[in-house]
Amino acid sequence: MNRITVIALNTFRETLRDKILYNLVFFGLLLIGSSILLSTLTIGEQVKIIEDIGLASINLFGVIIAIFVGIGLVSKEIEKRTIFTIIAKPVPRYLFLLGKYSGLALTLLVNVGIMAAGFFLTILVSKAGLHLALLKAIGLIFMELLVITAVAVMFSTFTTPTLSATFTLAIYVIGHLTDDLKVLGAKMGESLTKTILDGLYYLLPNLDYFNVKGQAVHGLPIEPSYLVSAATYGIAYSTMLLILACLIFQRRDFK
Amino acid sequence: MKPLRVEGLTKEFRLGLGRQRVMALDRLDLEVEPGEIFGFLGHNGAGKTTTIKLLLGLLFPTAGRAWILERPIEEVAVKQHVGFLPESPYFYEYLTAEEFLTFYGQLFGLGGQSLVKKIDELLAMVSLADARHLPLRKFSKGMLQRIGLAQALINDPQVVILDEPMSGLDPIGRRDVRDIILHLKDEGKTIFFSTHILPDVEMICDRVGILVKGQLRAVGAVHELVGTTAVTSVEILVERLAEVGIRKAEELGGKVVRRGDQVLIKLDDEHKVDQVLDLIRRHAGRLVSLVPHKRSLEDLFLKETAEVGRT
Ligand SMILES: Nc1ncnc2c1ncn2[C@@H]1O[C@H](COP(=O)(O)OP(=O)(O)OP(=O)(O)O)[C@@H](O)[C@H]1O
Ligand SMILES: [Mg+2]
Repeated sequence: MNRITVIALNTFRETLRDKILYNLVFFGLLLIGSSILLSTLTIGEQVKIIEDIGLASINLFGVIIAIFVGIGLVSKEIEKRTIFTIIAKPVPRYLFLLGKYSGLALTLLVNVGIMAAGFFLTILVSKAGLHLALLKAIGLIFMELLVITAVAVMFSTFTTPTLSATFTLAIYVIGHLTDDLKVLGAKMGESLTKTILDGLYYLLPNLDYFNVKGQAVHGLPIEPSYLVSAATYGIAYSTMLLILACLIFQRRDFK
Repeated sequence: MKPLRVEGLTKEFRLGLGRQRVMALDRLDLEVEPGEIFGFLGHNGAGKTTTIKLLLGLLFPTAGRAWILERPIEEVAVKQHVGFLPESPYFYEYLTAEEFLTFYGQLFGLGGQSLVKKIDELLAMVSLADARHLPLRKFSKGMLQRIGLAQALINDPQVVILDEPMSGLDPIGRRDVRDIILHLKDEGKTIFFSTHILPDVEMICDRVGILVKGQLRAVGAVHELVGTTAVTSVEILVERLAEVGIRKAEELGGKVVRRGDQVLIKLDDEHKVDQVLDLIRRHAGRLVSLVPHKRSLEDLFLKETAEVGRT
């Protein structure tokens, strides 16, 4: 087994032994299932409500897992000094980081998979029809989680767990508002503020890119070319973040 | 081939955003010989842990260089032959002893039946065979220290670097660790360990280095540093010594302590012992005991670190 795999599998095992994870997945499933009850309270549109709530739950709980389980993975190792013996092994630091990232990605994949299964089950129970667009939406949710995890890993290479969580959460929120940054910047005319807003627009991840939940629920087409470009964007963005994370990690002291 | 060589190794910490600096390690030069047990001594805050962290690439030096097995420490691949036990070790709490050692073995590229066998051996060696399936979360401090030692040896390292391996252990545990270190030496490995438990050092180290405030003060074999024969003081215990005799002993430069009808005479000059014994005979005293004190590593350590004071 190569060393990234060894670290990734151990990370995966670590998350599986974390009780928080089970609680999160449990609540995610609960919310997805409860959409049946909620939908009966409304007239018509029942299918849309179930789909809406289901996708939103997968997204929300995915993000919570990515941030709160993800942050701990690197910064807690530094804080608890478990990293000392790992660094002393013949494992380059960047491999450790990439292993951690891959392990968390695997955790997210499994969890999103479980929640998606719960979601599809709910749809079948409620006798609504499954359609491919839902799967596409879930695929892009996973892509978004990969980007957020990369953000979390990047921050946790140099700050405390609490600060990393705060920063990542902030990036997540602003990441969904980047279009607004652009619009706001356009209104500013030529000024320093505009330059800064434009800079932020290009620097921060445009997370709305990964949001096709609305289209999926309303049966609007999601072109394969859109999926490809969103995935490319997500992978490129995560790669840049991970390279940055490795560069920071490679030079830092473990005090 | 030197297992460990250090040249001008220096580490300065900056505190906060201000300009305040701490010189944790100041131009350390050191060579460790193949197959020896080297004791790295120093008071709290002397810079022992800093040195060890620099050697393992946990910290980057401000200046200076170091080589392990003649390869620069920056080369990650040298670590294939190094074992390391950190100070008060913390490990993955959610793993059992066996899973933990398997994980670390795999990081060295080990696996299969040979790894299983190695783990059996190591668990037996550190007396944790019964705790094999216990998660590390439930380990006591001493057990963590033991499993820490086991993980340091999983790759059969040529150079073993231990930061205070005896700390947190009861007397049996300390003896076990001493035995393990001696056993490693028998296998031809080189051991570099930091400590402030001096009797252990005197018992097992071939050579020691004494670090004071980040600077190496003395380095050499224990007997070279301490001297084998130099007697620093003599204590003579006498019964029923007449008052005249006591006064004369004081005149000879002895420090006198009375305990009932016994008198303890402490001499800093061993050449005066004969004169004092004459006194005792002449003034009807009875000799109870005579104890020469040799200079110990502890004296040397206390002398070298005298200026550090209590902080
Ligand atoms: N992260 C840090 N930031 C600032 N100063 C530090 C840091 N780590 C260590 N120091 C300082 O460096 C000096 C050496 O510390 P070090 O931990 O190497 O000592 P030590 O010899 O291992 O002590 P002990 O016997 O207590 O373990 C101390 O003065 C300490 O205050
Ligand atoms: Mg120390």
